[in-house]
Order: sequence, then C-alpha cells, then structure tokens
Amino acid sequence: MPVIKIPVVLRPSVGGEKEVHADGSDVGSVLRSLAERHPDLRSQLFGPDGSLNRYVNVYLNDEDVRVLDGLDTAVGENDVLNVLPAMAGG
Amino acid sequence: MSPSGAEVIRQIKQQVEEVDPAEVSEHLGNGVVLVDVRESEEWDRGHIPGAVHVPRSYLESRIEGAAPDRAARVILYCASGQRSALAAHTLKEVLGYSDVASMTGGITLWKDRGYKVDVPKVLTPEQKERYGRHLLLPEVGGEGQAKLLDAKVLLLGAGGLGAPTALYLAAAGVGTLGIVDDDDVDLSNLQRQVIHTTDRIGTPKVDSAETTIHALNPDVNVVKYPVRLDASNILEIIDGYDVIVDGVDNFPTRYLLNDATVRLGIPVVSASILGFDGQLSVFKPHDGPCYRCLYPVPPPAELAPSCGANGVLGVLPGTMGMLQATEVVKLVTGIGEPLIGRLLLYEALGATFTELKVRRDPNCPICSRDPEEIVDAEMGVFPDYEAFCAAAG
Repeated sequence: MPVIKIPVVLRPSVGGEKEVHADGSDVGSVLRSLAERHPDLRSQLFGPDGSLNRYVNVYLNDEDVRVLDGLDTAVGENDVLNVLPAMAGG
Repeated sequence: MSPSGAEVIRQIKQQVEEVDPAEVSEHLGNGVVLVDVRESEEWDRGHIPGAVHVPRSYLESRIEGAAPDRAARVILYCASGQRSALAAHTLKEVLGYSDVASMTGGITLWKDRGYKVDVPKVLTPEQKERYGRHLLLPEVGGEGQAKLLDAKVLLLGAGGLGAPTALYLAAAGVGTLGIVDDDDVDLSNLQRQVIHTTDRIGTPKVDSAETTIHALNPDVNVVKYPVRLDASNILEIIDGYDVIVDGVDNFPTRYLLNDATVRLGIPVVSASILGFDGQLSVFKPHDGPCYRCLYPVPPPAELAPSCGANGVLGVLPGTMGMLQATEVVKLVTGIGEPLIGRLLLYEALGATFTELKVRRDPNCPICSRDPEEIVDAEMGVFPDYEAFCAAAG
C-alpha cells in the first residue's frame, strides 16, 4: 500500500501521524480513500468540484503530480506520496 | 662536464611546444586550461583573465585540481616563458599530459601586446589569516574569497532564519550584509535567534545584529533597514544586491519578494520552518522555477500557522539557516550545484532529508513573462489576497 507523508499542518486531521497508508491505484483514489477515513482532510485537499486545491502540492516520489497526470497519475504499491502545502515560518 | 643551468633550459625549451600570446588570446575559454605557474605575489599583481593559479613549486600536487583531464589542451605561462617551459616539460614527461604548451614571453609579452590583465583583490595579511581555511580550498581560494568580500547579500529578517545565516555569512567575509527587520529583540526570540543577546532585549534587531556581526568580523559593512518590506519600498531596497536570503514569516511578503526579484533578476535563497520541519530552495530567475511556480497560491490562513502560533524547535532555524548560508556562498563564489529546481525538506524528529523536483511553470503568472512587463500594482498579489490578509490578521 502506498505511503502518504503528511505535513505538520495536516497532521491534526489524521490523528497526529507523520505517515499514513491508503489504498488506491492512482493519486486521486489514494487521497480520496484517505479523506474517507479522515473527513477533516477532504476540504483541505479537495475543492468543491473534487479537484485538488491549488495550494496543496502532491508529489509522487520526487515528482510533482501536476507535471504527471495529476489525480489520474498511477500509484504503485511501493510509491510515496508527499502532500505539501507552502509554509511561511521564518 | 654537466651542462649549465642555462643550457638545460635551452634544451628543454626546444622539446616543449611554445605558443604566441596572440594564439592564447584567441583560444581563451575554448576548453583550453590556462595555468599561471608563478608565485602568489606575482599572481596577485595581475594575471590573465580565466587563468588558474598553480605555482610551479606545487605543480605536481595541485595540477590535477586545475586540469583533471590529461588529454586536455593545457597552456602554461609565467613572467617570461622560462618557468612555464620547465613546468610544461614536467607535465608532459613526468605527469603524462599529452597536449601541453608554454606561452612565449610570459605575461610580460602578453601585457606588451596590450592584452587584458585581471588584478585580483589583494587580501591583507590579517584577511589571509582570517580566511585561511577558505584559501586552502581550491574551490574557493583567493578568488572565491575576493568574490565573497565584494558580495552584497540582503537578509530579509534578523529572526529565526536570518540570525544564524547572518552569523555564518559574516564569518565567511561577505562584504556587505543588508538586514531588513522592523522588530525589537524580545526575550522569546532568544531560544533560536542566536545573533541577539539578553542584554539587548528591547533594542532594534538590526542594531543588535550589527553589533554581533561587527564583533565577529569588522570587514563586514552592515546596511540596516528597520522597516517592513512592502510594495512601496521593496524595489528600492533590494536593487543592487547579488543574493537575497528569504527568511520572512508571512506569505504576502514571500510573494512580493518573488515578483520583485524576478523583475530585477536577483536570486533568492528561500527557507521556511514550522515545528520540526523545514523547506529550502533556491529561486534563480529564469534559470529555474520561481516561488510561484512551486506554490501558485498560499494556503488559507488556518493552514498557514506561524512559528509564533505553532512553535518551532529552536535548533531548526539554525539547521535551515546554515543550509541557506551554504547556498549563498555557493552562488556568490560560483561553485557546486545550487539548489535550483529542487526543494529540500528536512524533518528533524525523524532526521530525514527529502529532495523533490520543482519544475518551471510555463504559464507562471510572473516568471513566464518579460520582467519589464511586471508592473508595481500586481507585485505580491495573488487570488483572494485581500481575504487572505484579513483572515491572517
């Protein structure tokens, strides 16, 4: 099952975990299955139309899914998804 | 009877290919390695632009650093062409370089012909001692140190990130450090802002930082900007700086900085921190992506807490600030591979580093355009800017 790395600001929505697992064959299905288990995540990850929020970057391994196939990007069993909103702390 | 020294030199010169300064001038920069084999004092008085310095006395031990490929074209010169001929002979016969030549007449003839000479900034004896460990590194050396001494670096914020970065850049001998910060030193800053001290609580951060920097290295010229960066002052403040270190604590200023630096073509070494996590990247306008390519819009205020609200491990800005300082030194001296087009994530609790690719967005609202088209009114603005700032307070 792919690993999803959760950024600091979203950890309260997944019970404080840094890493979680979720099933799915593409980026969209993995993130939706995660959001089903943790409903607070839904509005943080997705807009009302089901697309990924513009302020959330998602990387499949080291590549931004925006330059791959977005939510349709295929995800393998051993892949790592990094969910990454911008941080401004200095 | 053994031949005289002059006879030996004459014989060796016959065995070495000699090239005229005109030919050297023509081929400069075309993959030819030009090596000055004179002593350091002679090099300091002026050398051929683009040459590398390997004194003849260190030829065998240092030539591989300057010319790692033994099949490359290597041209040596000295003052008049004698020492370079001897050194060329050594390179060819002893060290196995196959395409070596010596420049006829040395730098004396080069100058007589009116070709250009670079006179490097000469370090004082005290500077040679202070920066001695840099001078020993072939990648930095006297030339790199001179670049650092001539460099102008602007630090946005003398806070968590700016404080440690400023210390190391000052120690490294960055000639001009500008510091933008309108805050005063507060007791709660001292857990991480190591440039400030307990007895300076209540004083402006720019003054406190200046005191520490001058105590560490009087070579550094500190330029203080006790103001808040905004659209009305940013271009005036940042213009003329070689590199900007972004350690600001809010999104509007980060977007504003991005747009202004893309407009002026100034690279930004950017870091951000929260809790136990840090992010780092280098945004070099038009050589790589900009901040907006990475983050087209900021997160809503509830997903963008500050260190003040969420806390931060005191050491973390030190770690990230050190990485920023390292990137600044690399950009100034032109060594290594800067973190352009890459985002480095550091997670302190797990002690993990993750590197992600950052692509240039061909439709980026800022860096895909001609910099001159970027107008004041759009700088730093993003969708829902007003609502964002209202929610963030």
